[in-house]
Amino acid sequence: MTNPNEMTISEARDALSEGELKSTELVQSCLNAMEESRDLNAFITETPELALERAEQSDARIAKGESRGALEGIPVAIKDLYCTEGVLTTAASHILDGFVPEYESTVTENLAQAGSVMTGKTNLDEFAMGSANVTSYYGPVKNPWKLDDGKDRVPGGSSGGSATAVAAHLSLAAIGTDTGGSIRQPASFCGIVGMKPTYGRCSRWGTVAFASSLDQAGPMTKTVRDAAIMLQGMAGHDVKDSTSAPVTVPDFESAISGDVRGLKVGIPKEYQIDGSPAEIDAIWQKGADMFRDAGAEIVDITLPHTKYALPTYYIVAPAEASSNLSRYDGVRYGLRVEGDSLDEMYENTRGEGFGDEVKRRVLIGAYVLSAGYYDAYYVKAQQVRSRIAEDFRTAFQSVDVILTPTAPSTAFAIGEKMDDPIAMYMNDVFTVPASMAGLPCLSVPGGLGDDGLPLGLHLITKPFDEETLFRAGDVLETQANFTAKPAGYGGGK
Amino acid sequence: MSYLIKGETADWELVIGLEVHAQVISNSKLFSGSATSFGADPNSHVSLVDAAMPGMLPVINKHCIEQAVKTGLGLNAAINRHSVFERKNYFYADLPQGYQISQFLHPIVGEGLLEIQLKDGSIREIGIERLHMEQDAGKSIHDKDPRRTFIDLNRAGVCLMEIVSHPAMHTPEEAGAYVRKVRSIVRYLETCDGNMEEGSMRADVNVSVRKVGETGLRTRTETKNVNSVRFMMQAIESEAQRHVEIWESGGEVKQETRLFDPDTGETRPMRSKEEAHDYRYFPDPDLLPIELTQSYIDDIKAAMPELPDQKKKRFMDDMGLSAYDADVLVAERETANYFETVAKGRDAKVAANWVISNLFGALNAAEIEISESPISAEHLGALLALIADDTISGRIAKDVFEIMFETGQDPAQIVEEKGLKQITDTGAIEAAVDQVIADNPDQADEVRQGNGKAIGWFVGQVMQKTQGKANPQAVNKMLKDKLG
Repeated sequence: MTNPNEMTISEARDALSEGELKSTELVQSCLNAMEESRDLNAFITETPELALERAEQSDARIAKGESRGALEGIPVAIKDLYCTEGVLTTAASHILDGFVPEYESTVTENLAQAGSVMTGKTNLDEFAMGSANVTSYYGPVKNPWKLDDGKDRVPGGSSGGSATAVAAHLSLAAIGTDTGGSIRQPASFCGIVGMKPTYGRCSRWGTVAFASSLDQAGPMTKTVRDAAIMLQGMAGHDVKDSTSAPVTVPDFESAISGDVRGLKVGIPKEYQIDGSPAEIDAIWQKGADMFRDAGAEIVDITLPHTKYALPTYYIVAPAEASSNLSRYDGVRYGLRVEGDSLDEMYENTRGEGFGDEVKRRVLIGAYVLSAGYYDAYYVKAQQVRSRIAEDFRTAFQSVDVILTPTAPSTAFAIGEKMDDPIAMYMNDVFTVPASMAGLPCLSVPGGLGDDGLPLGLHLITKPFDEETLFRAGDVLETQANFTAKPAGYGGGK
Repeated sequence: MSYLIKGETADWELVIGLEVHAQVISNSKLFSGSATSFGADPNSHVSLVDAAMPGMLPVINKHCIEQAVKTGLGLNAAINRHSVFERKNYFYADLPQGYQISQFLHPIVGEGLLEIQLKDGSIREIGIERLHMEQDAGKSIHDKDPRRTFIDLNRAGVCLMEIVSHPAMHTPEEAGAYVRKVRSIVRYLETCDGNMEEGSMRADVNVSVRKVGETGLRTRTETKNVNSVRFMMQAIESEAQRHVEIWESGGEVKQETRLFDPDTGETRPMRSKEEAHDYRYFPDPDLLPIELTQSYIDDIKAAMPELPDQKKKRFMDDMGLSAYDADVLVAERETANYFETVAKGRDAKVAANWVISNLFGALNAAEIEISESPISAEHLGALLALIADDTISGRIAKDVFEIMFETGQDPAQIVEEKGLKQITDTGAIEAAVDQVIADNPDQADEVRQGNGKAIGWFVGQVMQKTQGKANPQAVNKMLKDKLG
């Protein structure tokens, strides 16, 4: 039998229900892996006692034939952006030092109700702002994928800790959040599956807010099937979140039929960027070929406003963030650095408590909302945003799913792109348009780049059509047959 | 009637605009389920959302929307079917989110009109620009400790209606009448209790002056912290005077926010730096826009109670009351309801008299409200009926009234128990009259000789003899008959 921590959720589900494995064994296997791989810095807080306690409860339920379902007893790592009751929650920021919530986010509560077991809070870019997990107050996360050059590589961001945890088999699955690509891009860099559901599919209540109109919870897993299982446990309407969609949650796993004959796959020409590395075009082409081989139809489409998506995102997201982060002021919780006046206390606390990238985005956000610039930047960006959404609506009249690359490169080394924020922002170029339109999307490992590091393929479907997304993604995954592993993890050489 | 400040170089007139903040009557806050009741222990009505904990989100309280629409209709204003909540961003310790959820470009209520009546009886229409909903902030308490400020967030998140008038008032009296009228309407509608002392209704006053004949508007200042109509009028007077002095000395009035000091009767600049603020308004991405159907608005309108103006008109036209009496009776809905019960099927003017003079007199002396009146409206009405059908005289009725006030008893019962029925039996009256005439022959002669005043003395004597129970009119008539 495989080491328990190297299983997928569906494999573990079978093993648990057949009595071959206990949840406590499964969880312990992950806890051991976590201990051995602390150098990856994937976790900010580990919760072994809590995990084993929950695992015991899962085992008891399974023994009584009262398993709550596919997630019963499954270890899941939680991005440290979700408020977890009684467990330190930091958003990877100094400004939330010592913050222990007395409440549980809806998504993690749903996962707990489904029987899953939290093993710890994973590392991330501070306040989810970043694409490399290098801005965390708790230090950067290392991608388990390495090359012989001895340089540590970034796992992607902002959900870098969650991506590493899954890729290095420290957990069977993890959850992240995705605002402009923060689940999908690290999934691509780490050779795992990551998906962002339709905006409104999961509740945002209890999740530290970055950009309210973009943030979404999502699973990060080893397989597409596992992602469907995870989303099932996470999703659902929440009256406490006014932007939560009042739609029923279908059975996502049952949509995985293995059949995409006749499926229309759109290839948007605007994602062909001048100067893009050949390997990116190659993987994209490979993806289209794989679909064709499986009986799908490839259709050329146009999404004319694609090139405006990234600049628009970097107006809207910082604007909302600048306002959402105003509550971190040293008055009621977290870090407080005293001053001789209220204003001084604010300046001291936020000056010390926030990292550089957060400050950069808060300033950008305040600027684009400021008098004299609001119309030219924020209002304009929101108008362009509706054009981007319109592009997709038009495209989906002729296709069922859209295929693009996930990221414009493989995982770069920690330390690169630090001097140039724009170069860092370019990491999101393929993922951001779907975010701006609120569409469900998924990254599946497509193959390896020239340097032997993973490259992901990105699928986008219509609002609330995660079913087609999982169906198409599963076929792509089967076709791609990505079996490479990072050396030293999960049997990788 | 104009109010002018006679300066050295010219006569100056006032331009006044008011922003009234009215706390909405609702069980819970605008975006959270916390209680809104006044006077609770500090920080005991604060939810996770109110405290702006990480990950918290606002959820609209639909009752507050209804209250705002109702109030807008009461102000004869246009209801906007589409409105949007926007964030007003600034930092202060009693503002947990670092922004106030308010409405900026798209308020729920648009242009309206308020009719005010002045002391000289003249009527003016004051234009209202808009009404919008917003969160109230918490309270900062600066005087508990020399070096620290204490923050109480009980009030943070309570729904406020901000009612903005056009700069259409020109005298402190007009401003006072406007606020009183707004207060009366919201109390009638039960959308706000209008309690200025407790702070559930507050007024920010915008004042500017200009020379008579000038058409533009000069710089205005905003005065906050006025928690009574009287203080507001004082603030207006003092601020206008200050403006005139600055302009006439060749200076320029600085646009600023000022605080009213009730001890000095003057204003002073606010000490905080929160002056020239860029609030960076943008639509709140955590909330959906409000979309109201016409039928929703129509239903609210259909269920609205009769408002003071309509009631006053009805009291005057249908019941023949004077404008003054009608005004007094409609000022509070409870009073109007009480009065109508008393007046039902009876003489309205008599009823008005008894309520305004006798009842209010007794209530004021006892320092209680009409809602606590020991005399119910039904009982007062019954008392009037006893007078009307001559069961008791007006004089006796006053005694009965006093007993009713003390005991809360039914007047018929009191009359019965104390044997206060009026003596109308002519035989009995005649006996008393004859007795008094016989006992007082000199006074009788006076009357016979044409001294009309003496009749009054006889009436008094007869009344005494009958312990006040004789019907005075009958006594009078009989005396006249007997004494020529």
